[in-house]
Amino acid sequence: MSTYTATAGEKARPDTTTPPDSNRAKAENALGRRLVLPAIIVMLIVTAFPMLRALYLSLYNYSLTAPEDKEFVGLSNYVTALSDPLFWRDTGVTVLYMVVTVAIELVIGFIFAMVMHRVIFARGVIRTSILIPYGIITVVSGFAWQFAFSYQNGFINSWIPGMDLQFNWFGETTPAVIAIMVSEIWKTTPFMSLLLLAGLAQVSEDMIEAAKVDGATWWQRLWKVILPNMRAAIMVAVLFRALDAYRIFDNIAVMTAGAVKTESISFLTYRQTIEQFQLGIGSALSVLLFLSVLLIAWLIVKLFRVDLAAARQEG
Amino acid sequence: MRKLGTAVGCVLILLWCLLPVAWIISLSFKSQAAITNGSPGFFPADGAGAGWQNYKDVLDNPQFRRAIVNSIGISLIATLLSVIIATLAAYAIARLEFKGKKFVLTMALAIAMFPVVSLVGPLFDMWRTIGLYDTWPGLIIPYMSFTLPLAIWTLSAFFREIPWELEQAAQVDGATSWQAFRKVIVPLAAPGVFTAAILTFFFAWNDFVFGISLTSTESARPIPAALSFFVGADPFNRPASLLAAGAVVSTIPIIIIVLIFQRKIVAGLTSGAVKG
Repeated sequence: MSTYTATAGEKARPDTTTPPDSNRAKAENALGRRLVLPAIIVMLIVTAFPMLRALYLSLYNYSLTAPEDKEFVGLSNYVTALSDPLFWRDTGVTVLYMVVTVAIELVIGFIFAMVMHRVIFARGVIRTSILIPYGIITVVSGFAWQFAFSYQNGFINSWIPGMDLQFNWFGETTPAVIAIMVSEIWKTTPFMSLLLLAGLAQVSEDMIEAAKVDGATWWQRLWKVILPNMRAAIMVAVLFRALDAYRIFDNIAVMTAGAVKTESISFLTYRQTIEQFQLGIGSALSVLLFLSVLLIAWLIVKLFRVDLAAARQEG
Repeated sequence: MRKLGTAVGCVLILLWCLLPVAWIISLSFKSQAAITNGSPGFFPADGAGAGWQNYKDVLDNPQFRRAIVNSIGISLIATLLSVIIATLAAYAIARLEFKGKKFVLTMALAIAMFPVVSLVGPLFDMWRTIGLYDTWPGLIIPYMSFTLPLAIWTLSAFFREIPWELEQAAQVDGATSWQAFRKVIVPLAAPGVFTAAILTFFFAWNDFVFGISLTSTESARPIPAALSFFVGADPFNRPASLLAAGAVVSTIPIIIIVLIFQRKIVAGLTSGAVKG
């Protein structure tokens, strides 16, 4: 052994030697833990600790404008939030954003993935352009679409046949929600389509060919062969995007600032804590937001039986 | 028929991706006077063009210039630190047997799905107490935490593909686990690390929630937050063309990265998330 150490271990400190086999597992265990420790610490600093702090603050009547009046109020912040119609309205709007955008993204994303899967020439150009919406700042996307829908300086009213040129998209809830959804869908469909493309690449061509030989139509091949075989990829994409969509914030903040009842639950929480300094009720909302995300994740995993371990080839 | 469908699909994808970008570029060339009076339409009307004036104004604005510096500095530092920490963790996950591996992966997944807004309240309070509010580290720390899951997942997927016999060969030659990691694996893993760095950078560059919540002045405010505060004299009639110019400036780094590293980004996005 000593003859070989010279090449690989020249710079090794003299006291480091390869541990004997009996201690190897132990050493590996220790090294593994040492290597993941910094990541765990950094992830916990900004999540677990503030979350515990939110849990604690949510039990107090605490406003940064009058910090000396901080008093323990038990669960009354939760009662206030849960009995407020505003909370339920915003939750409803958020669920609507999530369901509609994810459904549309899934369909468009799948079509894009099919095209990208088949295209041979210009593959680089297509993939480069699909990464642009993915990489662009959400705030920029929000501005671009807000100005596009604006009747003062935009073009969308004039591009829709029969549309009133003076129509104000941001004057009422429904059109404003549509405009926000358009921005959200534009920005995130590429991500969806890339995940689906990866799933599509794993469907065996032989199987599709066999179905073709057996006389299956294009539609049958899609529903009976392709989609069932990329189920894992679809479910992971839906899970990721749904949870992301439930946290929608940037587009709303930029495009309407929550006006005309377009506010999401994230925006409500932000407004209470950062704009109005109501850390007590804001923390209660934070905890509720956290719990609702957990609930949605749990529902999606249970309902669709997403197997994340299998999707990652994790044993 | 099939070929025609694919060709039509390609055109649709290109339109989908590039039309809004073309729009924001076109908008950035409308003059500010035209915006105030209202200038509907995709392209600037005759005589309503501004040339490079909006870009000059935006780049002359000290707050926006400062925001560019903040965004670049904060995103780069967060990316660097996050990727270093994630590389260590991903190596351990892909390669070593140790107790708590499942825990790390589950935690990374949980944090990737964390509702960021539910943290800004307590973080706002904590950062003010310990003096991190409105500073670079005050943003770098949360960016690191929220990019680590993505970086760890992407990197551990990459690391599984590496021919690890080489590592064993090095160990047979007498290298310790650490030396094998540093001298053999790091050069092989560099492409994966690079991809994780790009994805991390995108995240940090894109962030808005922390950017507006944890800063109050231009000393740490990043571009997205600066753009949203950039309302001009009349808050009911935003200087759309100026904002568009700022938006284009903030998109240039993204486009450059995408143009150069397109292949790596696609590989990173897909290998990190789906392997089934």
